[in-house]
Amino acid sequence: MRRVHGLMKPAFFLKEATRSMRRNAVPSFAALASVLVTTLVLGVFIPVVQATNGAANDIRSRVLVDVDLNPSATNAEVARVKSELQGAAHVKSVQFVSKQEGYEQERKLNPQAFALVGYNPLPDIFRLTPTNPNESGALRAELDQSSPPGVRVVTDPAIVDVQNRQAQTNTILSATRTIKLTMALLAGLLVFASVLLISNTIRLSLFSRRREVEVMKLVGATDWFIRWPFVLEGLFLGALGGAGAIGLLALAKITLVDPLANTFKLISQPNMIDFRLLVIILMASAIGVSAAGSGLSLRRFLRV
Amino acid sequence: MATTERDALGRDAVRVRRVVTRLRAADAHPVIRPRIQPGADTVVEFRGVSKLYGPGGIGLERATFAVNRREMVFLVGATGSGKSTIMRLLIKELEPTEGTIRVAGRSLEEIERKKVPYYRRNVGVVFQDFKLLPTRTVYDNIAYALQVTGASRKQIRATLPDILHMTGLSTKLHNYPHQLSGGEQQRVAVARAFAGHPPLLLADEPTGNLDPETSIGIMQLLYRINRAGTTVIVASHDNEMVDRMRRRVIELRRGRIVRDEASGLYGSREENTGELGERLRAEARP
Repeated sequence: MRRVHGLMKPAFFLKEATRSMRRNAVPSFAALASVLVTTLVLGVFIPVVQATNGAANDIRSRVLVDVDLNPSATNAEVARVKSELQGAAHVKSVQFVSKQEGYEQERKLNPQAFALVGYNPLPDIFRLTPTNPNESGALRAELDQSSPPGVRVVTDPAIVDVQNRQAQTNTILSATRTIKLTMALLAGLLVFASVLLISNTIRLSLFSRRREVEVMKLVGATDWFIRWPFVLEGLFLGALGGAGAIGLLALAKITLVDPLANTFKLISQPNMIDFRLLVIILMASAIGVSAAGSGLSLRRFLRV
Repeated sequence: MATTERDALGRDAVRVRRVVTRLRAADAHPVIRPRIQPGADTVVEFRGVSKLYGPGGIGLERATFAVNRREMVFLVGATGSGKSTIMRLLIKELEPTEGTIRVAGRSLEEIERKKVPYYRRNVGVVFQDFKLLPTRTVYDNIAYALQVTGASRKQIRATLPDILHMTGLSTKLHNYPHQLSGGEQQRVAVARAFAGHPPLLLADEPTGNLDPETSIGIMQLLYRINRAGTTVIVASHDNEMVDRMRRRVIELRRGRIVRDEASGLYGSREENTGELGERLRAEARP
């Protein structure tokens, strides 16, 4: 008996796939719609997660450690402290904020209080950004002379005090952690729901055709001979659903998001996902999930 | 013709001897294990085949029989007697719990799952419920059996008219199964089973859903296929029809073979399909 590999008859399989879609218009439409909706939700959600994470990271990057300098420190001492700080562990960057600069910044935030004080009480400081916001405590301990024994300490007579604004830091860290966790959880739930929705739709449309598959097997069709039209069908419906969703997303982006981008910082996040990249990800996942879903769901019915 | 008769006689002798051996064995030992000597002519061979469906559910119990090339065999028995189990074992839809099944000398056990489709192309199957593809026309249903083997459109166009003509479906080409009568649907199923000219054709209750007159038509069709050289095994609970066919009968009861009667015992001569039909109709009338 002549054996023909499944891949050798693409035209036949393509014809079978289109025929099957025409014949099973309702389940096909249901599959298409579920892919479209899921892709749409995913397309909205990915940028939202990105923007939220970006904002959270932005806030976390404001976790700083201030190193107050002795007011009588000389320029040479300041330079020495700077190099010491740059060499310390957990330090990402070191920024010098002079007495005057600090005063200007603080006065902007709280003009009345500073008007009351009437003079500049602030010392020159080094503002340190920790490599990881969670390490700000460790960084502070490393620099603070009042640290418990056993901790390696950077000491310099020019350093008067080390502050990491404990309360503020803790609030920022816990709040952003909650946001990130919530987002991750939501994203996980959404992906789970999408997979369930799509696999259920595929299974339903396949279930109505399980007798057909059974007959094909009895006539001597190989698994792939039966599977290829289904996979092609899934591929086609996935592409169509994905394209529809991307069309809607593009429309929303042009009419709603782009005009607002100038006004809202969240939307204009520089680290927000590129739309072209988003399109590629969505299209690939829509096609991949539906084609693989069709092929895999069929496996159950092929066991005859 | 003379050769065929001599062959038939030789086969009958073997069969009679087998029955006697079995009866003797049954006396001596509860398990029936007749000796069979499969020759080059054996198409189907069951050797001590049992099939259990879960605890207590016996589908088939130590069945041993052989079917020769060009033979037409009827499996009879009540529902649940094991007829369908034999059919399903033969298309490797089920695996036997014990024993070996050989088709054309090859043990079915040795056929791995991936190769099953290629095996099935050599076995045509007809079912009581037709099992046609509802979304395809008559032509496409029959063509599908050839498409799975990798036949080109040209080859299919060349083969199908003969089969359609033989089964009397030439005018129904473009109808869908639901537009046909039960008899016509079964003809499509037979045509599909025979499209690849398989050496073995199985029919599981092919007339179970049909009226007597239509049943005769289907039986004639199977008879014609058998005369064309295909080994045919038919499961049926229509005892009268089977008796009138005057062919070898294997009777099953609760999974056991209780009777294996060779066609020769009826002493019939070879009829042509028309004669068979006339006789079936005549004998069907009270």
